[in-house]
Amino acid sequence: MRKLFKNKKFAVLIMAIFLMGALAGCGNGADNNADNNTPAPAPAPENPQIKMATTTSTQDSGLLDAILPEFTKDTGYEIEVIAVGTGAAIKMGETGDVDVILVHSRAAEDKFVEDGFGVDRKDVMYNDFLFIGPKDDPAGIKGTDDAVAALKAIAEKQATFVSRGDDSGTHKKEVKTWAAAGIEPAGEWYKSVGKGMGDTYRMADEMKGYTLIDRATFLANQDKYELEAMVEGDKLLLNPYGVIAVNPEKYPNVNNDGALAFIEWMTSEKGQKLIGEYGVDEFGQALFVPDAK
Amino acid sequence: MDIILQGIKEGFLLIWSLDPKIIEVTILSIQVSLAALFFASVLGIPFGALLALRPFPGRKALLNITYTLMGLPPVLAGLIVFLFLSTRGPLGYFQLLFTPTAMVIAQVLLGFPIVAGITARAVMAQPQEVYDTAATLGATRRHAVWTILRESSLGIIGAVTTAFGRLIAEVGAVMMVGGNIDGHTRVLTTSIVLETRMGNDSRALAIGIVLLLLAFIIMMTIFQLEKRSFKDDTSIQIV
Repeated sequence: MRKLFKNKKFAVLIMAIFLMGALAGCGNGADNNADNNTPAPAPAPENPQIKMATTTSTQDSGLLDAILPEFTKDTGYEIEVIAVGTGAAIKMGETGDVDVILVHSRAAEDKFVEDGFGVDRKDVMYNDFLFIGPKDDPAGIKGTDDAVAALKAIAEKQATFVSRGDDSGTHKKEVKTWAAAGIEPAGEWYKSVGKGMGDTYRMADEMKGYTLIDRATFLANQDKYELEAMVEGDKLLLNPYGVIAVNPEKYPNVNNDGALAFIEWMTSEKGQKLIGEYGVDEFGQALFVPDAK
Repeated sequence: MDIILQGIKEGFLLIWSLDPKIIEVTILSIQVSLAALFFASVLGIPFGALLALRPFPGRKALLNITYTLMGLPPVLAGLIVFLFLSTRGPLGYFQLLFTPTAMVIAQVLLGFPIVAGITARAVMAQPQEVYDTAATLGATRRHAVWTILRESSLGIIGAVTTAFGRLIAEVGAVMMVGGNIDGHTRVLTTSIVLETRMGNDSRALAIGIVLLLLAFIIMMTIFQLEKRSFKDDTSIQIV
């Protein structure tokens, strides 16, 4: 050791590295203090931290960024968002790692509640999916509103189709639509990429293929890519979102009060109004349609 | 804890059952990383030796750049290759994006600085006497340089194994330029990401075990080869 530190330059270097680490640590501490000092607009609840697992679509569309600050203002709850696929989001609920989930896969949601992991499921909103594809439209499906016929045409022409392939809500919707068409897609033309919506969109664009996409992601990114809307408006392509609290009887540690406050706020008149307004300014149309009963 | 034990158990079952999907993915992982390692070594070892042995203007700068690039973030390498190979990029004509070739290119970019940098270090660590002795024994310049490289081979093997470790475990670049297409460009690491995202934690762990075993086998093979080319006096004896 002594020999090592005889080399002064080396010692200085090591000290500089440690110092940098220490400074970085201080920086974080200061930030935390600043947070604590800001007065909360609403009376702070007992446990003001809520953890929510949701799908990438609510996050990537910008909806949550737009409405969650209002929720915090109204209730005093801070919400931590973990954006993953529906499959993973539900799994996080099943293991009690989050307090509430906001997802879109009705069958999986019902199972989640039936198995005793979730309580107080409420409809919140829906958006819709559409098929997009390259301008030259090799399968000739542009403009129809019949998803089943469109998929049949794509399969027949063996036109490149890019699938999420990740067990997400969007992927499940795609699988269901193929099933409705009576086709089991396979072959060189069918690319299962196992990625999120943004990445899948990009890959489909690169490969000039068709893909199924949620409207929010499509509207938010369409300037960047060349794919165009092909098939929309089919009832099959509606996509309802549900919000579910994780069962506090199963996991006593979850923040059930927070989860219930969130569910109540999302389905309240104000929450519903904010959801219905989001996107109108930016995209000329709402991305989500509120439908809480 | 359950999920970890379950994952380990499932990992061995997965290997035992020779799941065709896993085999396919494993083979592609080996092919891509070994191909990238091969090119990175063929280019990187001579380049590293050159940096170490030959004084030329800009050598210091090149050395520093090489060392810096040893820490090249895989996603950045992936992004650069992606932009070049994209249909709108300069090499879009070749239609290489989302192919194993693209994955090899990105990994060569990652492996090359590692091989070159560590090789340069290993060669520079040789004492001047090695060259002088060879020269006095009547070796030509080329032979003397060759002697130095032989003397550095432990370090050079270290360079190759380090690069291999990085490449086989790397996910950012292959995910981006390969696209994780099922049956085409999906490898072990991208499978782990996908399974985790789908909430199949134990299967993800299981594939991780396959990956570790694979790395173990390949490293063992490299060390066996190494043993053969050395006498036993390479390890330091502490008396």
